[in-house]
Amino acid sequence: MKFFFEGKELQGFEGEPIAAALVANGIKVFRYTEKLKRPRGFFCAVGKCSSCLMVVDGRPNVMVCMEPLRPNIKVSRQVGRGKTAQGRSQSI
Amino acid sequence: MLQTEIAVVGGGPAGLCAAITAAKLGAEVTIIDDNPQLGGQLIKQTHKFFGSKSLYCGTRGIDIAQILTKELDKLPIKKLLNASVIGYYENNRLAIYQTDRLLKLKAQKIIFATGAGENTVAFPNNDLPGVYGAGAVQTLMNVYGVRPGKRALMVGSGNIGLIVSYQMMQAGIDVVAVIEILPKISGYNVHAAKLARLGIPILTSHTIKEAIGKDWVTGAVIVQVDKKFKPIPKTEKRLKVDIISLAVGLSPTSELLWQAGCKMVYIPELGGYVAYHNEDMVTSKPDIFVCGDLSGIEEASTAMLEGEIAGATAFETLKGFTQDSKQIKEQAKATLAMIRQGQFGEKAKLGKQKLLAYSATSNLTKTQ
Repeated sequence: MKFFFEGKELQGFEGEPIAAALVANGIKVFRYTEKLKRPRGFFCAVGKCSSCLMVVDGRPNVMVCMEPLRPNIKVSRQVGRGKTAQGRSQSI
Repeated sequence: MLQTEIAVVGGGPAGLCAAITAAKLGAEVTIIDDNPQLGGQLIKQTHKFFGSKSLYCGTRGIDIAQILTKELDKLPIKKLLNASVIGYYENNRLAIYQTDRLLKLKAQKIIFATGAGENTVAFPNNDLPGVYGAGAVQTLMNVYGVRPGKRALMVGSGNIGLIVSYQMMQAGIDVVAVIEILPKISGYNVHAAKLARLGIPILTSHTIKEAIGKDWVTGAVIVQVDKKFKPIPKTEKRLKVDIISLAVGLSPTSELLWQAGCKMVYIPELGGYVAYHNEDMVTSKPDIFVCGDLSGIEEASTAMLEGEIAGATAFETLKGFTQDSKQIKEQAKATLAMIRQGQFGEKAKLGKQKLLAYSATSNLTKTQ
């Protein structure tokens, strides 16, 4: 099935974690940190470390190692704490 | 607000066994797990277990998860999946976040079996994408069939480091080296021998100096260390890798226990801070029980036995002792003692002894 990463169409398996689908597509950087803008990727894979927070369908701070992939969802890299669809910044 | 007699937080080997035991004895049980399926980290363990037949020797972790899940499904246990316990409130109330909704659960007894998280180690660039917990590499390969890279450095030669290195080779990832800061290999020889046969160097007295890369890992610098773990100058080696896998131990996932006000004790042999608990797995709070890696880092077999003890004790504190509950606990305790006799059980045994000694010198609630 297809989904979108930063506007680009990618293929993945429905139900696998979004993070697994991204890694399978060669995507390593999931977000940038708030102050130093350091790239962060996949680290623990079990919903504990918060390294993989991304924006999914406009919702920031989604742990993509735990979130199942659904058809046509839009995934993008998060910068800092992320912004909601309304543009409000949201604390973690 | 939802109600239950016994809430089990975490559906790995410890939580599954706790829930099954308590429900079989006759308690009403709710099990909560943040994954879509039960089994915890067993589901990525494609290797066969050791030990005795009664402890699933010769069975793969993923199959043990299925056996236990099937057993659980035969019992009237309520399951809350894709559900994270995000808070403990007084009078044993739990806040649970389940796919965009907040649930509240009031339990008479709570068994925490939240497991452990992977440790990291300090070195420059350790936050770059490409630096993984070894368990994450294992999850990606064994559960989702995804290769996270092509060439890997494994840091740590405990059983997780050794097993995951072998599994990386099976998945077609080239393991350049396994490094170990101690002067000897930490895990079982049988796992180390498998790597040796594949020609993978296991470099003891070596540590990682830094990760190289801008947006992600493109290499690593390793260095030899002396007896005091100080890097020896001019022994640096630069390796071209795109995966740095860290197998440097685990720490109990204990946040909820801190929040619940359980007495916490720092015991390095058990992986850090653990809730004080006695041999019946009762914490300083008489309604709260712990089992598995949360109560001290060990392995799946001991987690299952501790789960049985915690499940039976929770039942007893709720409904009183029965022949069955006594027998389950006696047997589980005897088997635990037997496992911890072995060379690799020594550390946990020492840790648990320290914990019990601690209880003798403090004013903790004593249970029967």
